[in-house]
Amino acid sequence: MGFIVFVLLLTAVLYFRDREKTLKGLKIGGKKFLKIMPVFLVMLVFIAVALTLLPQNMISEQLSGSSSYLGVLFGLVLGSIAVMPGFVAFPLGSVLRDQGVQYMVIAAFTSSLMMVGILTFPVERQFFGTRFALLRNIASALISLLVALVMGLVFGEIL
Amino acid sequence: MKRSTIVNLTVVAVFGVFVIISMLAGFETGGRMGKGFLKTLGDMLVILPFAIILIGLFEAWVKRETVEKHLGEDGGWKSYMWVCLLGGMTIGPMLTALPVAQSLLRKGAALSVVLTYIGASTICRIPMTIFEITYLGGQFTLTRYLTAIPLTILSSLLLGRLLKEHIEPQAET
Repeated sequence: MGFIVFVLLLTAVLYFRDREKTLKGLKIGGKKFLKIMPVFLVMLVFIAVALTLLPQNMISEQLSGSSSYLGVLFGLVLGSIAVMPGFVAFPLGSVLRDQGVQYMVIAAFTSSLMMVGILTFPVERQFFGTRFALLRNIASALISLLVALVMGLVFGEIL
Repeated sequence: MKRSTIVNLTVVAVFGVFVIISMLAGFETGGRMGKGFLKTLGDMLVILPFAIILIGLFEAWVKRETVEKHLGEDGGWKSYMWVCLLGGMTIGPMLTALPVAQSLLRKGAALSVVLTYIGASTICRIPMTIFEITYLGGQFTLTRYLTAIPLTILSSLLLGRLLKEHIEPQAET
């Protein structure tokens, strides 16, 4: 909400300072919106199909009950595929922790959830090309793995 | 219209027809997919147009030289600090960071800096961090920041070099 008010106020202020420049900016924005809309809609279709076919309790069932390294791997894979907002993921993380899931597994899941996007890959590719999107996602998956391992050390779950 | 656009719109249309037929035929899974689609679309449409307006204004108002000076090849370590802060202030899903990253690149920011920006927007987004601390504790967040941010800068430097010849910053619009 605050963000929307901020953008509207900024637009109003800039409009009074330089009408032409601001209208040009809005036009650029409008064009961009139309350009990304088709890819965006396709991504939403994929998300809707995936979330319907993989119910959320399946995710938590997979993450608990497995050994720690296997759990980290599961977390990475699920986090890379799943798409959910942070305000769903972190409460889910705390539920998982209370069920006895290790911090390193939760970290692998939440970190890859935010950094790696298999479903958003087509959009990223559209913006920067296949190579860029591929390498960035691979690097992010590795970083998520390292984050999980460090988390395991910090919380005394490994060594 | 571009070919990929036509393909994309066809996928969406097929999905729409599938949902409508499912609902008429009483196929419940199809109906649930349709509902899920509309819900996510609604969530995203609240934020996305405003993010796009902001980007349009940025492109019209901010001079290329300014971006080049602070975020370009000679920006130095400070440019990484700037984009980490900028990434932290990103709102909405990671997708909203992509158009911003693209305009930064077009305005002359270095590729590794742009990569760091995308990384930061996935690591240290402020509203997300607040949720994380609330549910998983400060130690969890701190550990994640201290591991992920340096590694992201490092990998961005590396990938920036690797990808340099493969990215064509399209002409400014």
